[in-house]
Amino acid sequence: MNNNGLSSYFQFKNVDWSNMWGATWETVWMTLVSIIVVAILGALLGLLLFETSNSESIWAKVLNWIVSAFVNIFRSIPFIILIVLLLPATQAMMGTIIGPKAALPSLIISAAPFYARLVEIAFHEIDHGVIEAADSMGATQSQIISKVLLPESMPALVSGLTVTAISLIGYTAMAGAIGAGGLGNLAYLDGFQASNNTITMVATVIIVLIVFICQFAGDLLVKRIDKR
Amino acid sequence: MIEFKDVSKTFIAKEGEVDAVKDVNLTIPDGKIYGIVGYSGAGKSTLIRMLNGLEFPTTGSVTINGTEISGLKGSKLRNQRLKIGMIFQHFNLLWSRTVFDNIAFPLEIAKVPKDERKKKVQRLIELVGLTGRENAYPSELSGGQKQRVGVARALANDPEILLSDEATSALDPQTTDEVLDLLLSINKQLNLSVVVITHEMHVIRKICDQVAVLDAGKIVEQGPVLDVFKHPKQPITKRFVNQETGSTSLDDTNVVVSELLEKYPNGVIVKLGFHGDQAQLPIVSSMLRKFPDIDLSIIEGNIHQTQEGALGSLFVQLISDNKESVHGALAYFTTMRVETEVINREQ
Repeated sequence: MNNNGLSSYFQFKNVDWSNMWGATWETVWMTLVSIIVVAILGALLGLLLFETSNSESIWAKVLNWIVSAFVNIFRSIPFIILIVLLLPATQAMMGTIIGPKAALPSLIISAAPFYARLVEIAFHEIDHGVIEAADSMGATQSQIISKVLLPESMPALVSGLTVTAISLIGYTAMAGAIGAGGLGNLAYLDGFQASNNTITMVATVIIVLIVFICQFAGDLLVKRIDKR
Repeated sequence: MIEFKDVSKTFIAKEGEVDAVKDVNLTIPDGKIYGIVGYSGAGKSTLIRMLNGLEFPTTGSVTINGTEISGLKGSKLRNQRLKIGMIFQHFNLLWSRTVFDNIAFPLEIAKVPKDERKKKVQRLIELVGLTGRENAYPSELSGGQKQRVGVARALANDPEILLSDEATSALDPQTTDEVLDLLLSINKQLNLSVVVITHEMHVIRKICDQVAVLDAGKIVEQGPVLDVFKHPKQPITKRFVNQETGSTSLDDTNVVVSELLEKYPNGVIVKLGFHGDQAQLPIVSSMLRKFPDIDLSIIEGNIHQTQEGALGSLFVQLISDNKESVHGALAYFTTMRVETEVINREQ
C-alpha cells in the first residue's frame, strides 16, 4: 500500500463501502436526532431569555440571570472537554458511553445554549411595534408567542438552525474520535490509525457533502418563508 | 364617551423624572373625530396609549363609556382592548401574513370561528377598498395600501373606538388624503368614535370635529376645529394654524405689510376672516360700493375647507383720506359677520 504520495488518497479498493455507508448513517442520525432536540430546547431557552430580558419583575430578572449563566457556561466549554465531563452523566442517562446514542447528551447540551442565543437574537429583531399592535388587540402572551414571535422570526430561526446543524456535524466527527461512531470515528480509526488515507479522504468528502446539503436546504427554506 | 380626569404620567428616566402628561382633563364625545395635536415629545402618544392600556397614568383616571381603563388588568384589560382598534404610523403589519390573514389576526385573537372570520375579512377588504389584494404580502403593498390593511385590521372586532397614532405621518400628501377620507367615511358609516393624534394641522382640518392642543404634556387649548382655526389663542396654536392656513409664510406677509404701512400712512391694513357662507359672498365689492372714496389693495388671501365649512382670510389695505369712511367700512364688515383685525405698525 502506497502510504505517502498524493495517490494514497485515491486507493478506492481499500474502502469498505458498507462500513462507510454505515458510518454516514450514524453521522446523519446523530445530527438529526440532536438537531430536533436542540431546536425545541433552544427555542424554549431562547424564549425564556427573551421574555425575561425586558421584564420589570424581580423574579424574571433572577430567572434571566440563571438561564443566561447556564447558557454562557455551556457555550464556553470546549466540546471535547464537555464530552469527557459528561461521561458519567451519559453512562447514567443512556446506559453506555460508546456509540451514536452516547454522543447525544453532549451534542445537545453543547448546541442547545448556542441555538438559544440565536433564538433570543431573532426575537429581539422583530419590530417592537408589531408585538405592541398584537398587545393592543388584546392578545394573550401565548397568542403573541405562537402568532407573532415564532412566525415573524421564522427565517432567522431557520437560518440559525442551519448554522447550528452544521456545527453539530462538526461536533459529531469530534465525538466520533472518542468512540461515538459515525464518519469521524471511521476517519480516525480506519483512516488515521490504520494509515488508510483514502478512507479519511472519502469520509471528509461525505461530511462536506452533508454540510453542503444542509446549508442548501436551509437557504432554500429561508427563501421560501421570507416574505419581507 | 371618553374621559380623562386629572391624568398625569411621570416617567423615570436617567436624567430624573419626566412629566410626559400633566393634569389632563378631556372629554371626548361619541361618534366624533377628536384630534390631539402637538409637536413630538408633547405627550400625545402617551395620552392615546392610555386609552388601550399600553400605558397607565401615574395619577388620575381614564374612563371609556363608564369603564375605567386605568384600573383594568389581565383578561379584563384584554377584553376591553378587543373593543378598541388602533392604527399606527408604521402600520405594524405582520410581514409573514397576507392581507387577508393580517385582517383576520385580531379575529383569531378574539377566537372568532373560521367561517365567520372569513366573511368578516371579506367585508372589511371591500370596505377599505383592497378587493383583489387579499393574497398579497405587506411587502408587495404601497404605504397607503398598508395603512388600509391597518384600518381594516383595527375595525375587525367592531370596536367602539378607533385610535390613530400618527397614522398618516409616514405617507405622502396624496396618500395621506386618501387615508383621511377613508377614516372620515368610516366614522360616518359606522358612527365610530375616532381619536387622532398628529403633528399635522392638515389632518385636524380635514377630518376632525374637535381638537385639543398639547404642549409639554399639558392641554393648552381645545374646542371645535373651526373655532380654534378662527381664533387660536395660544402662540403654539397660532403656529399650528398658520402651518396649515398660511399659504405664504407669515414672515413674507409681515414684510409687505410694514412696507405698505410706511408708504401709505393714511392706509389701514386689515386681516379679514371669513367662514362658512361668508366666504362665498361678494362682501368686499359691496363695501367698496358703499364707501366709494376708499381705495383697496389686496395683499394676500387664502381659503381652506374644514369639517364645519370653509375658512378664509384676506389681508387688504384700505386707503382713504376720510377716516370716517374707513371706520364705516370696518363696521360694515362686522355687520356682515366678517372678522376684522387691524394690523398696526408695531406688529
